[in-house]
Amino acid sequence: MTSFMNEFGIILYATLIYTPPLLYAALGSCFSEVSGVVNIGIEGMMTAGAFTGTVVAYFTGSPYLGFICGGMAGMLFGAIHAFATVNLGADQTISGTAINMLGPGIVIMIARVLFNSTDTIPLTPDQKIPTLFKGVFDTSTVFGRFMDNVFATYASTYLVFVMVIVVWFVFYKTRFGLRLRACGEHPQACETLGINVIATRFACVCISGFLSGLGGACVTMATSNQFRPISIVGQGFIAIAAVLFGKFRPQGALLGCLLFGFCSGLKVVLGGSSGVNVHLISMIPYVVTVIVLVLFVGKSRVPAANGKPYLKSK
Amino acid sequence: MDKKKNVFTIIAETRIIHILLSILLGFAVGAFFLLIMGLDVGAAYGRLISSVTSVKGFSYVVVYSIPYIMTGLSVAFSFRTGIFNIGSEGQFVMGSMAAACIGILLGQLPSAILIPLCFLGAMVVGAVWGIIVGFLKNKWGINEVLSMIMFNWIAFYLSNFIAGIPAIHSDGTAEATKNISENASTLLSKELIADLGLCPTANWGILVALLMTIIAWLIIDKTTLGYRLKAVGFNKTAAEYGGINVSRSILTALAISGALAGLGGALQLMGMGSRISVFSSQEGYGFAGIVVALMGCSNPFGAFFAGIFYGALIYGGSKLNLVGAPTQLINVIVGTVVLFIAISVIFQRLKYVHINKKPKAAAVQSVKEGDDK
Amino acid sequence: MAKEYIDMNTPVIEMRDIVKKFGDFTANDGINLTVHKGEIHAILGENGAGKSTLMNQLYGLLKPTSGQILVNGKPIEMNNPRDAIAAGIGMVHQHFMLIQPFTVTENIVLGTEPTKGVALDMVTARKNVEEISQRYGLAIDPDARIEDISVGMQQRVEILKALYRGADILILDEPTSSLTPQEIEELIVIMRSLTKDGKSIIIITHKLKEIKAAADFCTIIRQGKYIDTVDVEKVSENELASMMVGRNVTFTVDKPEQEPGEVVLDVKDLHCNDYRDVEIVKGLNLQVRRGEIVGIAGIDGNGQTELVEVITGLRKGTSGQIFVNGADVFNKPPRFGFDHGVSSIPADRQKHGLILDFSIEDNLILQNYEEQPYSKNHFFNRNAIFEHATESIESYDIRPQHSERRTAGTLSGGNQQKVIIAREVQNDKDLLIAVNPTRGLDVGAIEYVHKYIVEQRNKGKAVLLVSFELDEIMSLSDIIDVIFDGKIVASVPGKDANENDLGLLMAGGKVNG
Repeated sequence: MTSFMNEFGIILYATLIYTPPLLYAALGSCFSEVSGVVNIGIEGMMTAGAFTGTVVAYFTGSPYLGFICGGMAGMLFGAIHAFATVNLGADQTISGTAINMLGPGIVIMIARVLFNSTDTIPLTPDQKIPTLFKGVFDTSTVFGRFMDNVFATYASTYLVFVMVIVVWFVFYKTRFGLRLRACGEHPQACETLGINVIATRFACVCISGFLSGLGGACVTMATSNQFRPISIVGQGFIAIAAVLFGKFRPQGALLGCLLFGFCSGLKVVLGGSSGVNVHLISMIPYVVTVIVLVLFVGKSRVPAANGKPYLKSK
Repeated sequence: MDKKKNVFTIIAETRIIHILLSILLGFAVGAFFLLIMGLDVGAAYGRLISSVTSVKGFSYVVVYSIPYIMTGLSVAFSFRTGIFNIGSEGQFVMGSMAAACIGILLGQLPSAILIPLCFLGAMVVGAVWGIIVGFLKNKWGINEVLSMIMFNWIAFYLSNFIAGIPAIHSDGTAEATKNISENASTLLSKELIADLGLCPTANWGILVALLMTIIAWLIIDKTTLGYRLKAVGFNKTAAEYGGINVSRSILTALAISGALAGLGGALQLMGMGSRISVFSSQEGYGFAGIVVALMGCSNPFGAFFAGIFYGALIYGGSKLNLVGAPTQLINVIVGTVVLFIAISVIFQRLKYVHINKKPKAAAVQSVKEGDDK
Repeated sequence: MAKEYIDMNTPVIEMRDIVKKFGDFTANDGINLTVHKGEIHAILGENGAGKSTLMNQLYGLLKPTSGQILVNGKPIEMNNPRDAIAAGIGMVHQHFMLIQPFTVTENIVLGTEPTKGVALDMVTARKNVEEISQRYGLAIDPDARIEDISVGMQQRVEILKALYRGADILILDEPTSSLTPQEIEELIVIMRSLTKDGKSIIIITHKLKEIKAAADFCTIIRQGKYIDTVDVEKVSENELASMMVGRNVTFTVDKPEQEPGEVVLDVKDLHCNDYRDVEIVKGLNLQVRRGEIVGIAGIDGNGQTELVEVITGLRKGTSGQIFVNGADVFNKPPRFGFDHGVSSIPADRQKHGLILDFSIEDNLILQNYEEQPYSKNHFFNRNAIFEHATESIESYDIRPQHSERRTAGTLSGGNQQKVIIAREVQNDKDLLIAVNPTRGLDVGAIEYVHKYIVEQRNKGKAVLLVSFELDEIMSLSDIIDVIFDGKIVASVPGKDANENDLGLLMAGGKVNG
């Protein structure tokens, strides 16, 4: 029982480490996709956020400022994607692919210049996003250790779960949410009702970049304590997968990310103890995702106007 | 009916001009970044050009470009048949591993049998990797982009796992497989390489890539199979109405696309890598394939030349350090090129306003459109 | 009748000398329109005459190249629909502008949502919607999702959307295109009661009978040009028609008497479900013989779409039998039916009939691409395909000429339909199924399509015609089968049919005698 509590605590701890970056990005992806703009540039926006957050924290010593700036950097690339696709009607897949090249390309190039040819940027503990409730629990008891594992975690982790509720509220309970969902379904109808489709979509893609940037910053400023060119390897695509998994709903994306994070946590515990090949264990999150899809999720309904450029005729 | 064409409409209509303009703009943006970093644009671009124009340099470019051509072909083929094959990464990895297994375990076979066997094995495994995704889509309606992202990683870890199996794993300390048998190698003979002054990994894989380019073009443009696949890609319901078996077409398209990527993996291994290492992150050949396909306008020959262009940038880019410019400049250039290619639809839209009587916003088509309903 | 609510001294809309150009193409060329308070004003013109362009300018979706728009006597510049809405103009588009997965309430309030703090106030929204629905007598279910309600109710939602925004001037674009005769009558009653409230209504249409029944005045547009504005009471349908088309038109189709031959299509006790897995065809029996046109009359949603989908192999039935020339094609793939004699002109030409990104020559061989001379050993013979296209373009008058290699998406709707007809007629099958074959086409193209359908019958083919246009069914069919609730409820000879009886039968009623 004791060891179960311990291991379960560690799994949850790891879940809460792996989930937040994905979840920030997935919430971002929801905004873009639901408003009708395919955004496969999440990965590039995350890299931009990861780098900028780290650099700002490194120079200012303020993790909070760094975190916000990470979001802003993601938003900047979001704005590029938005301008190309929403204003100019560019192909969304192509533009997203370009963002995935430009994001890492530009930031790593800047990193080389700023840090004299090394592209690893380390953070000291007080430049990292702080953990909450550290030392609150009595780790000498089994229960206390469990609580410490689960609840003494980064502020960014608490924030992301709050964000899920906020995004859900925005989507389903506010005027902006109703309109952005309408824009993803039938932009012409929105235009006839006097809703500015271009502005709505532009805003959504920017928000998507901002949240992705936060997700990226979360990786380098919470999970690890440094920026490296391979800090973001595929998390952006996993976030997109989580959104497809969650049928384009923030609450669904939460489930997708938690499933993925939990499997990654499982991986950590099993990898240490079971003796099964580490590479096979690493496969678990991906295999489980496919199995869950087949068994429980099935077909998802894509917003009707998703991926289709909307242009006003003059 | 035909109006006299002015320069404007020609620029607006000609795809190749869009691409060339985009490339120019890409280099311009690259130059801008070099300038703000206080670097010498001339020196950097000079280095880039000189490193790929020598005989040896160009032979490197060709060798580098083989995998990019193949994944580019794979993605281009999928685009033309209405699928977004974001899974060529996994198909490439699996093809590479299949060729490695055959090349190691059956190493005593003569080249004439072993090499085709490696190719075939890689294509079959790549095709299977594509078909699984198609099957999940046909049977349970699973979004193919989602399952491809998963299968890329499954392939990645599976490859790492297989590399550790004793029969395959290197006898030394390296975290890699054994080297494949020399009988499975596509390298040119040492003498030929020395005589022509080529790079040490010069191999004839490029001929296979060219052959595949021609075959892909024939299938897409000249055969009834291509007609079927394209019909399903453009309009599933009409294709079904016309009597085409839609599910089977999707599987066929994914199989061909997967086989091309898988073969790319084999060509890379047999000509360049000769063994597979345990990687800590994806190598990105599949994602590069998306870029190559887009630069090549989803046309097989376009993908071939775009692959060589991309190979040249990657190889030339690796030499940029020598003049103090960061290698990542290449990503910025390519990213900009792709972004401008995406934006170049506005030229075409101008054309619509000019030529079409009724401008329609919907006339701008997305490559991956019409897939999920 | 009518005109009692019109206030001729109060023009609410004046459009003066409106010109709208798209590049070199002039869609509207100096059009004038005046609408008064309490008036129902029809705008008549063929497809492509520029009616919708004109109305889109009045609604702020397009900007006039030149000309002036006055609302309530004041010149006004409209940059977007918001300006139009603010000026009291509301528009109901032909293709409804409704968000399918949203509820009726959400659709009506979208764009002017009531809020409480930062949150939406859906309680107030629902109350407002119910209120306005009762005030104007437009029955709707505020909580239903659009995808679950009938076309008639969707139209009421659209009208409520405009009224909710305080519209005094309503533009209805082809409002009757998918309604039954009874629903059309209801709509006319609604329009009358709205004018009584001081609203003005503009209807865009090409249906003359409805103009006669509903409108006070009618403005005719032809090829972008203003032709005339007439008092509807003082002109006949034929006069309206010739003003619209610019020549005399005949509405009757010449059809020689002929004895039908043996049965080609035989549907027995067919059952099938719709996309939600609810049974929609419920034991349907149907026969079509050589040399006759059987028309299926019915309200959209009574199973006719699914019936055709099952016959052509696009949908699986749950039970029953379908014989074509004696072969059972029930639940066989589309190709099987084709090989046994089924050809069809599908309802949705862009979705089912054509691959818009394919060239015309490729579209013309959609079912035959694997046959000689078009291909041999899986490789195409481009010359043969091109020649085939050239011949088809000539003999079926597909325009523009020399368009063999143009993509089908660049053709007009009428010419797209000609491509399909050319293909299906040349397939030379025993059974031709035509579903709404003239939807969205102009008068010339309609005449053309009807001519080919009748020609097929005359040549001894069996023709199954499904159409929501009752006029079309009545003028073409030898036998009219009325479909209601998934069954054929009546079968009457075409020449004895009368519109009122058919309308009653289509609505599930009984006819005496």
